[in-house]
Amino acid sequence: MSAEPRPADFRRASTAALADGPLRANFRRAMDGLMAKRAARFADPVEWRDLRALGAAIRARTLARLPEHLVRLEARCRENGISVRWAETTEEANAIVLEILRRHGATRVVKGKSMVSEEMHLNDFLERHGIESLESDLGEYIIQLDGETPSHIIMPAIHKNRGQIAKLFGRKIRDAVYTEDVDALTAIARRVLRRKFFEADAGISGVNFAVAETGTLCLVENEGNGRMSTHVPPVHIALMGVEKVVPRLEDVPPLYSLLTRSATAQPITTYFNMIGGPRGPGEKDGPREVHLVILDNGRSRMHADRALQATLRCIRCGACMNHCPVYTRIGGHAYEAVYPGPIGQLVTPQTEGVDRRADLLEASSLCGACGEVCPVGIPIPELIVRLRTEAAAPGGASAVLGRGGARHRVESLAWRVWSTVLSRPRLYRAAALAATRLGRLVPAGFPPLSAWTRFRSAPRPARRSLHELADDERIPDA
Amino acid sequence: MPDGARERILARLESGASTEPAGEPDFAVMARRAVRPEERYASLRRAMEAVHAEFLEANGDDWPGRVRAFAEAEGIRSIAYGPGTDAAGRLESVLRGSAVRLVPYDRPIEEMKRTLFDDVDAGFTTTRGGIADTGGLILWPTPEEPRLLSLVPPVHLALLDVARIHGSLWQAMRDEGWAGRMPPNALLVSGPSKTADIEQTLAYGVHGPKRLVVIAVVPRA
Amino acid sequence: MTDASSRPRAVFYFGTCLVDLFYPEAGLSGIRLLQREGVRVVFPRGQSCCGQPAYNSGYAGEAREVARAQLRRFPGEEPVVVPSGSCAGMIRRHYPDLFAGDPDETAARAFANRVVELTEFLVGVLGVRLADRGAPVRVAWHSSCHALRECGVDRQPLELLAQLSGVTVAPLARDKECCGFGGTFAVRHPGISGAMADDKAAAVEESGAGVLLSGDAGCLMNVGGRLAARGSRIVPRHVAEFLWERTRER
Repeated sequence: MSAEPRPADFRRASTAALADGPLRANFRRAMDGLMAKRAARFADPVEWRDLRALGAAIRARTLARLPEHLVRLEARCRENGISVRWAETTEEANAIVLEILRRHGATRVVKGKSMVSEEMHLNDFLERHGIESLESDLGEYIIQLDGETPSHIIMPAIHKNRGQIAKLFGRKIRDAVYTEDVDALTAIARRVLRRKFFEADAGISGVNFAVAETGTLCLVENEGNGRMSTHVPPVHIALMGVEKVVPRLEDVPPLYSLLTRSATAQPITTYFNMIGGPRGPGEKDGPREVHLVILDNGRSRMHADRALQATLRCIRCGACMNHCPVYTRIGGHAYEAVYPGPIGQLVTPQTEGVDRRADLLEASSLCGACGEVCPVGIPIPELIVRLRTEAAAPGGASAVLGRGGARHRVESLAWRVWSTVLSRPRLYRAAALAATRLGRLVPAGFPPLSAWTRFRSAPRPARRSLHELADDERIPDA
Repeated sequence: MPDGARERILARLESGASTEPAGEPDFAVMARRAVRPEERYASLRRAMEAVHAEFLEANGDDWPGRVRAFAEAEGIRSIAYGPGTDAAGRLESVLRGSAVRLVPYDRPIEEMKRTLFDDVDAGFTTTRGGIADTGGLILWPTPEEPRLLSLVPPVHLALLDVARIHGSLWQAMRDEGWAGRMPPNALLVSGPSKTADIEQTLAYGVHGPKRLVVIAVVPRA
Repeated sequence: MTDASSRPRAVFYFGTCLVDLFYPEAGLSGIRLLQREGVRVVFPRGQSCCGQPAYNSGYAGEAREVARAQLRRFPGEEPVVVPSGSCAGMIRRHYPDLFAGDPDETAARAFANRVVELTEFLVGVLGVRLADRGAPVRVAWHSSCHALRECGVDRQPLELLAQLSGVTVAPLARDKECCGFGGTFAVRHPGISGAMADDKAAAVEESGAGVLLSGDAGCLMNVGGRLAARGSRIVPRHVAEFLWERTRER
């Protein structure tokens, strides 16, 4: 990783992805399967409606009183023996993690899956400070071996097929025999990673739900690597964004059910790990220390706006990307952001600036599939439009970073002209007359028609408008 | 130690906080899905078998015999367990003198790590109960039955009293008042460790147990 | 939904800009279908666009002025029938927000409540019965995303097609997936949009249909344009025009 990353370029990256046949096939196959399985798991529309309403209400109410719940969570965690630290930025969060690890002389860390740690680029940071930070979720392990980032928030290696993984293992793992058998590949990873769990000085994990009422950190997983990472090493550091808190323990079952069914169509995961503190008196295992790091990193900015606050309802299930026709065709890496897909199109422009990532905001047909499947009712398409409006704003203040920064003179002028013509009946009829009589003369190579005709025949206006036909047929006017 | 970051984050979040409640959560949908008592064991078993959990049924007190027979049949030669519980006592009495060695988890993990990772074929735990609608066992590890017994050995043997299966997780939490008494670690387990990270193809036994064997104690007919 | 007693005697017709300029025959067919049921159809002259292109592009102010001009064209309380799920969805779902705090907010809300998509009106309000006079044909049905997800119009067009004895609706792979139109999305991200249009066109071809039907001009223009570029002979038609042509007395 270079110190000065080049600016994100969604247009270039998505064009490259579209041309990558195997990549597109991998995503198409995966997303088709995930969509079908999810639909079957929410077969009862009434149950889906009610459960989703419950999930949305819990999350919205939590956000409405977020500071209160966080303070309570902190107090309960401390009572349970969990130390709590706060970080405004990813730099601060990294420094806190490093300080804890250094205090214990830790040089080998195993990690459970955590999107917050991806925000922090924690692995690179720790490696730079001489600490081995090994991803232990199989998907994360695979992409770490290949020097990649996750292309999906739930299935990070979804862009790779078994052949690619087999070659990677052969290249990077000592004594790995080449095999495309999934069980055999999994066994290779098991052999390597069980040693790492055994040796690790500390474990790092994310948090799915942090319960304010009880000071409990809930982790959802199937592999057992999360439990290994949080229970075998002597120190456990959990990382969470400020939005991960839920007020009551009772709030967890509905959210957990929505999460697993939306993500991978499972009624329940293999493990649901509720961590209520370090090794207690008389206990023979469990970490001697548990630390919780609560990260802001732009979330309080999203929280400040009543509409955009809904971004923080997200429980990171990935259903929006599974159902997104754009994501399906280009995969997660093209977004050049930690969070890809529709939820990423909300998160990234809000954290990096709507001016800098206006390209992401444009990359939606607003088809609404994401909003339809979101288990906590985030109105994703509406919020994308809202952020487009922020990006193109002519002035005024708001909490949104980079507001007005993507307003282009030519484009705003074009919309002004469009608005003037279409809001004046006589002007519109004159323009319509011109379009129907002259529209066929516009050359197909003329932008923006040229963008259209790359893939389609040119649309040509009719010779006479509906207005004219209505006059002919004496359809009454108002 | 004053935490500047904490104060600044909380101050910023205050500006977006609102006093108006955004719709009262309606938990009726959770109450509806709880499975009726007479169907709970069948529902749990169906859900867990779908994710490759295995079941041994025992009537009343004969379960240690089932464990012994299973271990002998499957070539399991050593079982880690937590001494000191009633169940442990019964297991000891039945397995004493058999080909199956019981390995007590009676020292801190620092001294037990190699044994647990490399030298035992299975780990035995009791359970606190089960969850009918989705499948799943409830485990609250204790000083007698440590956390890693159900995770590190390649086979997890879990004793389940079918009378303690709850209609749903939500029901279990409410009926038993979990919110007032959460232990340092509570756990749900629904099957052997699994992954679908390679081409969405399910593979079992990735990090944790390769097999989950539930010894279901059903009432004597 | 609506019983015969509440069956309106007159409706307004909002043709939409794309229908006005690109699919006027479809617009007129919609009017004919309504008139045949004994409904007086008023087509206010000077109506133009619901404002969606600017709204979705982040130019709410410009969209609002165009929308305001429509409010003025449709006085009274009669239903406003729209041969587009996308435009109907824009008005119903987004006008209240677009006009929040505006002097015209009340008028915008009232207008939003009057808007009904054409097939929704034919089925739900008028309860039309159609008699097919056309030759047997296999068609593919593509619903616009906004008809489905903003208007809740899903079964109505299919119910109308099911009344036509000579028409077979071919199953379409991934029938609820977006065709890639998305208004300005099609020209801002032509590569992605083109890939989506291509997949949709391929699915239509694989369905074995001879005609592609949709209730939205944008989708027709997009998938139809892609079909033509692929050299396909499948004819894209607006469902209003198709229904009228097959059922009109000659």
